[in-house]
Amino acid sequence: MTDRKPLYLMSPALAWLTGFMVIPCLLVLALAFFRRGIYGGIEYTFTLENIALVFDPLYARIFLKSAGIAGLAAVLAVILGYAAAYAIAAMPRRRQPMLLFFAVLPFWSNYLVRTYAWIVLLNREGLIAAVAHGLGYDGELPKLLYTESAVVVGLVYNYLPFVILACYAPLSRLNPEMSEASRDLGASGWTTFRRVVLPVTVPGIATGFVFVFVLSIGNFVTPALLGGGQFQMIGNLVYAQFLTANDWPFGAALSMVLIAIMMGLLTLQTFATERASGARRQET
Amino acid sequence: MHGGPDKRLMLLILSVVFAFLYVPISVLFALSFNEGGLPTAWTGFSVKWYGELARNGEIMRAAFNTLVVATVSTLLATVLGTLLAVGVEIRRRKGRFLETIIFAPMIIPDIVLAIALLSFFSLLNVTLGLHTIIVSHVVFNLAFVCSVVRARLKTFDWSIVEASQDLGASTVVTLWRVVLPGMLPAVIAGALLAFTLSVDEFIIAFFTAGAGRESITLPMQIFAMIRFGVTPEINALAVIVMTVSVAALALSQRLNRGGLPGQ
Repeated sequence: MTDRKPLYLMSPALAWLTGFMVIPCLLVLALAFFRRGIYGGIEYTFTLENIALVFDPLYARIFLKSAGIAGLAAVLAVILGYAAAYAIAAMPRRRQPMLLFFAVLPFWSNYLVRTYAWIVLLNREGLIAAVAHGLGYDGELPKLLYTESAVVVGLVYNYLPFVILACYAPLSRLNPEMSEASRDLGASGWTTFRRVVLPVTVPGIATGFVFVFVLSIGNFVTPALLGGGQFQMIGNLVYAQFLTANDWPFGAALSMVLIAIMMGLLTLQTFATERASGARRQET
Repeated sequence: MHGGPDKRLMLLILSVVFAFLYVPISVLFALSFNEGGLPTAWTGFSVKWYGELARNGEIMRAAFNTLVVATVSTLLATVLGTLLAVGVEIRRRKGRFLETIIFAPMIIPDIVLAIALLSFFSLLNVTLGLHTIIVSHVVFNLAFVCSVVRARLKTFDWSIVEASQDLGASTVVTLWRVVLPGMLPAVIAGALLAFTLSVDEFIIAFFTAGAGRESITLPMQIFAMIRFGVTPEINALAVIVMTVSVAALALSQRLNRGGLPGQ
């Protein structure tokens, strides 16, 4: 087929994406540089105040806290996910597809429902409290729900299957003979892991980490449901600017910074992946 | 780890991770059938909480709205996304810019797309409602359909397309009679994925639905209910929503016989 025909096949979708994604996103970008009107509207004069306000200690603190929570969730998810992927890859080959399937299955169910399941477990009359009292514990239990830890657990729970998937891919391609050769040459198990297994699986780790971090730092549902009403992360702050505080330019500025962080991390991840595959090419 | 990974350690890791993944969901499942509805005591098996759902007018309306949004946005996204996939795959030059635009809806944070669309619609003075949710859902849905179909087309034998054209078939006839049958399983798989994503999507719907209660979708209803705490009705509703998504995606996966992007 000639090169011109693809264009009319693609144009309806590309028009849709341009009209309802590219233009709206450019609009938000522009919005970040306008002034907020006195009654919450938008005044069309250029200003850098919104961007500056993001770095105001009050909001910078929320950014740092969100980054801290997202970072902790990403590290925990990578540790658990890597261990799980490693264990799956160590099982007999014919069992692996089924194990992987069941590791990913929860990821297919509704996000709100998965988060709600933790409310059922953690709330004051929840299952964990019931079990503790059933075992004869009569004292006051520490508050479990509506805490930072609950938010971290919720994030790890929701994104763990993705990390397992991302780490399993390079692990399953790993040639077991390489580890054997390493051990035959006298390397200890730990050295073999560190020098042979780990380098090959760096792209999976990077992908998993970046994915969990990016989805967590802008998350709005988990902090709102597991963190309680007062708990704020950037996602909630953006939400508030648009739906309650009515300061759209500031909300737009916040989300632009969010996008910048995301793009920076994705670039790093691409870099890590390319470097790892480059190193592999050199070895062979 | 001398002499290969320790089997017992590996099994221990797997049990811990699978327990972490499945205990919360299983508890929810079990509780939804608990007659008394409380986690503190099992008072007998009952489906009465599922019956309560059917009598709850608000939930039924939200479920109906969700069905409308998911069906219409899936139909639109399937047509647009499939055409896009065919167009991209038969094009010889691969543009990085094009790839970015097609990939972006799958990775852009929901909250950003949500506020972008809300700003856009209100700037144009568009009344918000189910129609604006549908328009918004098509954005990410068409990208997912496109990527599922493209994966299929990568293994497609394009020589039969040339054969068809050499025998005098027009482009439209070739697409309809030769290309479409070959990629149909992927198109259906993509549509099922899109349907599920739309049924489950909360944030974008929340921002583009407007203030009225008429255009509340099921995830919005669930979110509102969850904020007031745990009730047996939510348990039952949660189990239904969870089962529908998992069943639809398992079917999609089966048709596609490959990985689902982003899933």
